[in-house]
Amino acid sequence: MSVIVPTTLAEALAALADSPSATVVAGGTDVMVEVNFGHRSVSDVVMVNRVAELRTWRRDADVLHLGAGVTWSEIEASPIAEWVPALAQAARTVGSPQIRHAGTVGGNLGTCSPAGDGLPVLAALDAVVHLASADSTRSLSFAEYMVGPKRTARRPGELITGVTLPIVDGWQGYSKVGVRNAMVIATASVALVVDAGSVRLALGSVGPTILRCPEAEVFAANNVDFTSRVASSEVVAQFAELARAAARPIDDHRSTAVYRRHAVGVLASRLLRRAFPNE
Amino acid sequence: MSEIYQLHVNGESRDVLDASPGESLLYVLRERLGLMGSKGACEQGECGSCSVMLDEQLVCGCLVLAAGAVGQRIVTIEGIAPVGAPSDVQQAFVDAGAVQCGFCTPGLIMATHSLLERSPSPSEMEIREELSGNVCRCTGYGRIIDAVQRVAVARRGVS
Repeated sequence: MSVIVPTTLAEALAALADSPSATVVAGGTDVMVEVNFGHRSVSDVVMVNRVAELRTWRRDADVLHLGAGVTWSEIEASPIAEWVPALAQAARTVGSPQIRHAGTVGGNLGTCSPAGDGLPVLAALDAVVHLASADSTRSLSFAEYMVGPKRTARRPGELITGVTLPIVDGWQGYSKVGVRNAMVIATASVALVVDAGSVRLALGSVGPTILRCPEAEVFAANNVDFTSRVASSEVVAQFAELARAAARPIDDHRSTAVYRRHAVGVLASRLLRRAFPNE
Repeated sequence: MSEIYQLHVNGESRDVLDASPGESLLYVLRERLGLMGSKGACEQGECGSCSVMLDEQLVCGCLVLAAGAVGQRIVTIEGIAPVGAPSDVQQAFVDAGAVQCGFCTPGLIMATHSLLERSPSPSEMEIREELSGNVCRCTGYGRIIDAVQRVAVARRGVS
């Protein structure tokens, strides 16, 4: 076994080029659970939590670039929290302070669980995921990147370097349901973003990937008043129904499909009401 | 295949011998370095009993790949205060009756030191949120919160 601890992106990419199937570890909060329980044996590991280029973020006008190694603790704090409040809300629900100090946005993308807390927000914001290998780089929309439960378009030898997000003027929020108020994996989660006359809705934990809801989005955009932030109770109810219809939940050890479908409707209606508080 | 590497623990460089691949920092601290203060329970980051500081950040030792922590500063409960001279947080836990079976206590002491360094006067809500990654099955948390508040008040009094 070899554990490589690069401190520059070039070193990290060179290590992955030498060992394309190496396990990439950022915070370790997903990988180590599998290792501890014997569900994954690691041979070659490339640690990326000390790669300087991945640990940074920057804002260029209305675009925020988050390095893959930015932690949830950093995302839930100022100034990132003011720029992408829905992502900060999601960050605050990731595990516990211990998990948020270690876990990263890149790790959420790397694991790509449908229950990943940050992912509905990235989907609703039409985030772009950046990948690099020793000899090339490419950028994918979130929808292109996540192809199934814990399955992504990342190729062997590629590293997630970061994600870019638009900074929007409109309201945005994230809600999730779990069995308790802290330290919980989402049973169902919803992100809602209002931007320039559009409403974007993404559902987590209710399908093989994060699900956008085009019908609900178009319906909302055509039936709310963006200027005075008005949505009738009928519109909110129909929006929730369209969110429920878009869900593709399953029964598993964490919940049932019936409950999950119900929950995303409740969460979607709550978020729409917060975005459009006037009846 | 065994690995030999050094970890920087509580201000000392410690040799880790005969390590197997994939060992967590918690496992190495307890089984290779004899530091039994950090506890192992859930092994999946949910209980916080293995909480340690890694480069000044509170983390779960069970979720840190030990061989990947080379060069990082690790502080365990043993590094908080010498035996017989408890830290103010440790003493407050005793005084407030915040210790029952004691299994969660090292992790909670680490989490409390971390919290009070970042936020010297936390509200009860903030204390509950900051300690939400440390599970205690005995106390019901009331006396733990009391202990944290006692330290915050005492530190304000002397500064």
